[in-house]
Amino acid sequence: MAKLPKQEDLLQISYKPPKTPWMDLPVDFKPGTYCHGAKGKDLQAVGFPNARDWSPGEEDWKLPEEWKDTVLEGMADRLGKYRSFQLFMDVCVRCGACADKCHFYMGSGDPKNMPVLRAELLRSVYRRYFTKSGRLFGRLAGARDLTVDVLKEWWYYFYQCTECRRCSVFCPYGIDQAEITIMGRELLNLLGLNTEWISGPVANCYMKGNHVGLEPHTMVSNIEYLVEDIETLTGINITPSFNRKGAEILFVVPSGDYYADPGMYTCMGYMMLFEELGLDYTWSTYAGEGGNFGFFTSNEMAKRLNAKIYAEAKRLGVKWILGGECGHMWRVLNQYMDTWNGPADFLEEPVSPITGTKFTNATSTKMVHIAEFTADLIKHNKIKLDPSRNDNLRVTFHDSCNPSRGMGILEEPRYIIKNVCNNFFEMPEDTIREKTLCCGSGAGLNPGENMEVRLRGGFPRANAVKYVQEKHGVNMLANICAVDRVALPTLMDYWVPGVGVCGVHELVGNALVMKGEKKRETDMRGEPLPERGAEA
Amino acid sequence: MKIWSSLVAVLALVLIAWLGTGVAGLYTVFGVGIPYLAFLIFALGFIYRILKWGRSPVPFCIPTTCGQQKSLPWIKQNKIENPSGTAGVVGRMILEILFFRSLFRNLKTEKRGDKLGFGSAKWLWLGGLAFHWSMLIILLRHLRFFLDPVPSLLQGLDGLDSFLQIGLPILYITDIIIVAALLYLLARRLFVAQVRYISLASDYFPLFLLLGIATSGIIMRYFLRVDVVSVKELALGLVTLRPTVPADIGSIFFIHIFLVSSLFAYFPWSKLMHAGGIFLSPTRNMANNSRRVRHINPWNYPVDVHSYAEYEAEFKEKMKKAGVPVETE
Repeated sequence: MAKLPKQEDLLQISYKPPKTPWMDLPVDFKPGTYCHGAKGKDLQAVGFPNARDWSPGEEDWKLPEEWKDTVLEGMADRLGKYRSFQLFMDVCVRCGACADKCHFYMGSGDPKNMPVLRAELLRSVYRRYFTKSGRLFGRLAGARDLTVDVLKEWWYYFYQCTECRRCSVFCPYGIDQAEITIMGRELLNLLGLNTEWISGPVANCYMKGNHVGLEPHTMVSNIEYLVEDIETLTGINITPSFNRKGAEILFVVPSGDYYADPGMYTCMGYMMLFEELGLDYTWSTYAGEGGNFGFFTSNEMAKRLNAKIYAEAKRLGVKWILGGECGHMWRVLNQYMDTWNGPADFLEEPVSPITGTKFTNATSTKMVHIAEFTADLIKHNKIKLDPSRNDNLRVTFHDSCNPSRGMGILEEPRYIIKNVCNNFFEMPEDTIREKTLCCGSGAGLNPGENMEVRLRGGFPRANAVKYVQEKHGVNMLANICAVDRVALPTLMDYWVPGVGVCGVHELVGNALVMKGEKKRETDMRGEPLPERGAEA
Repeated sequence: MKIWSSLVAVLALVLIAWLGTGVAGLYTVFGVGIPYLAFLIFALGFIYRILKWGRSPVPFCIPTTCGQQKSLPWIKQNKIENPSGTAGVVGRMILEILFFRSLFRNLKTEKRGDKLGFGSAKWLWLGGLAFHWSMLIILLRHLRFFLDPVPSLLQGLDGLDSFLQIGLPILYITDIIIVAALLYLLARRLFVAQVRYISLASDYFPLFLLLGIATSGIIMRYFLRVDVVSVKELALGLVTLRPTVPADIGSIFFIHIFLVSSLFAYFPWSKLMHAGGIFLSPTRNMANNSRRVRHINPWNYPVDVHSYAEYEAEFKEKMKKAGVPVETE
C-alpha cells in the first residue's frame, strides 16, 4: 500500500469546476487513484476476452484491433436489452440535482465524479453513434467520438463509482448511475479491461467457491479456528457442519467473515446465535460466498457465480436459505437471484423453526436476511440478551448502500442494535437510511493501491461519524456489510481515530446469554467487559 | 458557444416567422401548414420514442428503495417510498410526476472548514414545479381557443388563474410565474458553476424557446393586442380540419405559433422527452417485491457454471481429509 496522503492535502477540495470543458480534460492516471489492471490468468479462468496482463498507467492497453466495433456493438446490444440503459441515455435534463450527492465528488471535487458527468462520459458516445442530432451536430449536441482516450476515461471513472445509488434517490427521473456504471463496466469487460481486485476474486469464487480463494479444507479450518475462540470465550463447544445433506437451512455469508478482522467476530456472532437456538443449518464450501464480485463485472458473470447458491441448496436438500450480513450480496439476492437462477421451486417457503414466523416477503426467493431472522427472534423473546455487556460501546449504525437503496432493510438492524446495546446514536438524518453515504470502497474498489480515492470517497461518511463522535462520544460503527467491515476500519483510523467497526451480529454475540456458558471475562475481541454499574 | 448558438437559433426562428408572415405574407404556411406538420411530428415522434423505450425489456427488478421494506408484520413499511405492490407504486409515481418527490429531497453539500455540511436546497424543486404547473395550466387555458363552447371547467380555471383581477386584459398569474421560473432555471444554468459546466446547447435551447413562446404570448395579450376572435377562428379551423386563415392577425401571433410549432417538432427528439420517460423509469415504477414474486427476464439465457461435480473432482482429497462429505468415493 502506498503511503497515506496527508489529511490537509486531501481536504483541499474545491467544488469550482475548471475552466477547460470536460471533454478536453485528459484523465490523469495518478498513482493512488486507480486500481491495478486485471491479470490475464484471472480473466482466462472465467473465459473472458482479451485475457492478458496489462497496466492502466502504461500507454498501451493491449486492446484487440477491432475494439471499437466491439464496444459499439456491445452498446447496441445492451440498449436493446435494458430499458434502464436506453432510458437513462435519453432522459437526463442535466438539472444537476445529483451533482453533489456523490461521495467521490464531495471528497475530490473532480467534476467527472458528478454522477451527471460520469453518465455523460458514456452518453456523449451514445449520442455520436446512436442519435441523429449527435451524428449531425457533433460536439454542439454533446457528442464525441469513441477514442482510446475516451475508453481510458471510462475505465478510470467507472471504476471510481461504487454503484451506491445515492444519486438515484435524488434524480427526478430516477436515473441510476449504478445502472450506467454497470453497463460501462460490461462494455469494458468485453475488452478485458477489469481490475485485478475484481477479476481475481471472481476467478477464485468461480473455481473455489469464495472470493478469497479458500480451498475447502482451509475454509473448514478457518471456521474451526473461530469455534476455538468461541469456546475460550464461553466454554461452549460448537460443532459446525459443512456440505451436510438434509440440513434444514443453508447458511451463506460473505467470505470476508471467515477470516478477516473484524468480520470474523460477526461470524462468531452468527455461530453462537445458531448454537443457542439449536438451529439445523449447514455451511457449504462450494457455495461459500454470498458476495458477488461478478456483479462488478457483468450480469452474466454475476449470474454464473450466484448460480452456486441454488444449485447447492438443491443438492443438499435444504428447506430454505439464510444469508449473512453483506451489502451488495443482498442487492443481488433481493433484486437478481430469483430472476437469474430461479425459480427455487425445490425449496420451501421459509419459516423460522424457532418462532414459527413465516417470512412472507421471501416466499419466492426462499432466502432470508439474518437481520430479519434475528429481529424476529428478539421480538418473540426467544433469546436472552444482556445488553450491558456492550456498555463500553457507544454505537452508531451505518446503513450500507445496497441494503438501504436496493432493498430497504433499515429498521431490522436498528431494532437488533437497540436490544443488544444500551447506547445507540443516529448520525444526522441526511447521511443515513436512503440518504446514507457510501464507505467509498464498494463495487470492488477496496484494494490498497487506490487508497487516495477510497479516503476521499469515504470522507463524507467519516465526517458524519465524526459528528456523532464529538457529540455523543460514539466509538463503534456498526453495519451489515462485509466490505464495510473491511474498508471502514482504515477509513476510521484515518479520519476519525478512536471509532471501531463491527457487524451487528458481533454485538448480538456479545450480548447473547448462552445456556451453560461460563462467566464471560471479555468480549469477542478480548477486551475486558465493562464492569457492572460502572460508567460506560 | 453553447449559450449563444441556442439564443441565436431561437432568434432566427423569430425572424423566420416575422419574415414569412409580415414580409412574405405566407399566412397559410405559418398558420396552417407548419402547425399541422409540427403536431404530426410531435405525436408520431412521441409515440415512436415511447415504443422504442418500451421495446427494450426490463430484465431485472431494480427499484431504488427509499424507505423501509415490507418484511416482518410488526415493522412499519414505507409503502410509498418502498412499495411492495401496485397501489404503492401508483402512489409513488403520482408523487413523483405531480410533485417531483425526488427533487424535493434535494440537499446542498457544503464544505465548512474541514467538515461537510448538508443544507436544504428546495429552490430547484420550487422552480421546476412552478414552471411545469404553470405550463400545464397555460396549456389547458389555451384549450379555450380550440373548443366551442368553452367547457365551464376551463372557464373556472381561467377565472382562478386571473383572480387577482389586475389590469385589462386581466393578468394571468401563470404568465408571471412561468417567466419567472424560466428565468430562474436559466439563471441557475448560467451562474451556478457546476450546472453551467455540465450544460449543453440542448439545455439552453429549450429554455430560450420557452421564454420566446411565453414572451410572445404575453406581448400579444397585453401589449400588441391581437384580435382574439380571429385567433379562435383559426384555432377552431385547425382542430375541425377546416383550416382558414383570417387576414387580420398580427405578425406577433405568427411568431408565437411558429415558436410553439418549433417546440412541438423539437420535443420528441430532445431531453424534453423526460415527460414521457418518467413513466417508464424502472427505479421508480417497480415494486420492491422481487423476493416474493419472481421477476422474469425475457432474455434470460443459460450460462456456464462451475458445477459441484467439477469442484468435487478438483478438491475431493482435501475435502475428505477435512471431514467434508463428498458425493463420489
